[in-house]
Amino acid sequence: MGKSIKIKKGLDIRLIGEAEKVTVSPDSVDSVVIRPTDFHALVPKCLVNPGDVVKAGTPLFFSKKHPEIQFCSPVSGEVTEVVRGAKRKLMAIRILADKETQYQQANVPSAEGASREELIAALCANGLWPYIRQRPFDVIANPNVAPKAIYISAFDSNPLAPDLDFALQGYGTEFQKGLDVLAKLAPVNLTVHTSRTKSEIFLKAKNVDIHTISGPHPSGNTGVQIHHISPVNKGEVVWTVNPQDVVIIGRLFTENRYNALRVVAITGSEVTRRRYAKAITGVPMRALLSGNLNHENNVRIISGNVLSGTKESIDGNLGFYDSQVTVIPEGYEPELFGWALPGFGKFSLNRSFFSWLMPGKKYTLDTNQHGEERAFVVSGEYEKVFPMNIYPVYLLKSILANDIERMEQLGIYEVAPEDFALCEFVCTSKIETQSIVRKGLDFVMSETE
Amino acid sequence: MEKKLEPSFKEGGKLHKFWPLYDGFATFLFVPGHVTHNGVHVRDSIDLKRTMSVVILALVPCLLFGMYNTGYQHFLALGQTPELGASFLYGLLKVLPIVVVSYAVGLGIEFAFCIIKKHPISEGYLVSGILIPLVLPADIPLWMVALAAAFAVIIGKEIFGGTGMNVLNVALVARAFLFFAYPTYMSGDMWVSMNDRNGYEVIKEGLVDGYSGSTLLGQVADAGFNGTFKNVAGADITSTVFSDAFFGFIPGSIGETSTLACLIGAAILIISGIGSWRIIFSTFLGAYAIGLLFNAVAGSNAYMAMPAHYHLVFGGLAFGAVYMATDPVSAAQTKLGKLIYGFGIGAFAVIIRVVNPAYPEGVMLSILFFNVMAPIIDYFVVQSNINKRVKRFKLASNGVK
Repeated sequence: MGKSIKIKKGLDIRLIGEAEKVTVSPDSVDSVVIRPTDFHALVPKCLVNPGDVVKAGTPLFFSKKHPEIQFCSPVSGEVTEVVRGAKRKLMAIRILADKETQYQQANVPSAEGASREELIAALCANGLWPYIRQRPFDVIANPNVAPKAIYISAFDSNPLAPDLDFALQGYGTEFQKGLDVLAKLAPVNLTVHTSRTKSEIFLKAKNVDIHTISGPHPSGNTGVQIHHISPVNKGEVVWTVNPQDVVIIGRLFTENRYNALRVVAITGSEVTRRRYAKAITGVPMRALLSGNLNHENNVRIISGNVLSGTKESIDGNLGFYDSQVTVIPEGYEPELFGWALPGFGKFSLNRSFFSWLMPGKKYTLDTNQHGEERAFVVSGEYEKVFPMNIYPVYLLKSILANDIERMEQLGIYEVAPEDFALCEFVCTSKIETQSIVRKGLDFVMSETE
Repeated sequence: MEKKLEPSFKEGGKLHKFWPLYDGFATFLFVPGHVTHNGVHVRDSIDLKRTMSVVILALVPCLLFGMYNTGYQHFLALGQTPELGASFLYGLLKVLPIVVVSYAVGLGIEFAFCIIKKHPISEGYLVSGILIPLVLPADIPLWMVALAAAFAVIIGKEIFGGTGMNVLNVALVARAFLFFAYPTYMSGDMWVSMNDRNGYEVIKEGLVDGYSGSTLLGQVADAGFNGTFKNVAGADITSTVFSDAFFGFIPGSIGETSTLACLIGAAILIISGIGSWRIIFSTFLGAYAIGLLFNAVAGSNAYMAMPAHYHLVFGGLAFGAVYMATDPVSAAQTKLGKLIYGFGIGAFAVIIRVVNPAYPEGVMLSILFFNVMAPIIDYFVVQSNINKRVKRFKLASNGVK
């Protein structure tokens, strides 16, 4: 029987620009880009050269540390470019896509009969393993370490996030198949929201423990859910997978191929037609946004959501783990005495702006930082949006001091950068908490492995 | 203007040295057009300037009432009827120069430090600069204000690394400096503003008979609590002393006398979410609880018998609780820590008042003491969180779920 979790701390940032519940197929995708840099801490080894012809499912590169983990092409076509950065670091592989995708037939065992090892081998060989991430450290899971459990959040509570009930409509079989496969690797925990999750795909899922959670963002973050279900102790490992990626994993066993199709929400105040689109991993932004923006200039295109997404240009592409694109205005305009105005139209957690008198109002937020970076001054601010039994400022300070013992004591193994995104949003001193947490995780990882 | 001026202050410009100064003024005029680069793409509208302006706004009731009361006490001491306009004007002329000197000296030193250390100018002193005048007597010589502000900024803040790094409340450092450096001036019967005050000399000409310039707490400390209180003109105010003290028609530091004004400020701080209600509430609670305890064990000590609720409206307790104890940098930072910290401040303030007659006002010392104790309080609160995690880890490694 699952747990029932109630969280009160948190914040739903009320943005204008939710996607309408209509699914479209974007114009033909001419090229896709796969970036090893989407996978934190990965050292890739390239397998292809410009001119090579690949099928969907052909390995493009692999992990130097775990050579069994393959990263495969989501489309068939010709490798047109292998982009390398400083010290010949592999940055991106561009593939000119065929009109009709040719799939490489995968040779997978049946989900029911196969052993744990056979399943892991099949996931690794066919490019599915990278979809499984681990805590601590928020990186691709280590296939050689058995996790305590696998956690899946059935909803995304981030600003303007895709409605997963809608996105998974029609993919119930694949989702359940994915769950069946994962359940053979470790016990699977699926967390549904008490009011948001209505789809039977989640509520009637089998082979899993179903937990319920209520409350505002970050209730949908697996970090918060894990913390309340069974926190990660030092030395323990848990895995996390996004529901859309569970579907992709399921397809390997129902379709015998790597089919990285997912439903992407096109959101944000600067998008003209906000819809859901069926798109492949690595789809170019242009295919999703061309002719679909209110302005071409002075907009921020984000792969993902406004809290933890990545800045992209119109020539960029969708990140490996993302199923959302957000476009918001840039905020280069200085504002005369902006700090002194009553602030009826300014969104804030803080009631020093009179916008708190209008609780339901939705906002168009731009990328202005609204102030300059300062030392920690205000206390108790992060705690209002951080629903974990962890002292966020103390943890951040231990990271800044490079004190590993203290980081462990204060719970570094339980957090990922995204768990600190709201802290960063509300921070009066404009401190970049997510990047501090990332540095802390990297430091602990480098010292403990 | 910005476009014209900026290049000479930028890297390589003639005036680059003064970049913090330029940046300070430019960001004061305009919330800059800086955009987020990595991490979150949108940010809450709050910044430190906004936070500090709300605190200043919350101080306005105390400032205005303080000006009025300065004149009110002055005319009362001269045996004249204190009229509203005249009293306020008198107080304005007394208080304004102190505020100006406090800001000029404090900000001047802060700017100099920022230029030397190449830091951006922080907003911390905007609040300290107004707090310092409000905890001083109205007749304070301006050179003392300048000296105290300089001491507070340099020793209280900049040597620790500037705003956000100080251990003690900056304004209280200024007050404590004057208290210990010029004790004859900062205690006794100098709490009512005279027409002329030449250094330490009080010119008593024209005062009504029976004049006393000491505070209510001073009266109790000197004579012991005998159930009666006098105003500055020597009239018996025993029957109205609680309401006089609550509304603030009593002698004291410029801004501290009115509990009502402090409560209005507290409401602004708490509603806006900028001040911690935990600290404010628990400070009052601590003072009241110890007051009651003293009442219960009073016996031979007359001061202990003073009704506990008098402690809440006398002296600087309300002002300290609302504006000083809540300074987030020098206060405890954890929720439980804040409750303990506030309770301790209230309790110790009353203990110092009652037990040590050398310090009729204990709030300043109590807050400074708990500023020092705050990290230790937090240490124990955080340690209990750590202990839970360690225990959970041990259970897990023993195979218990």
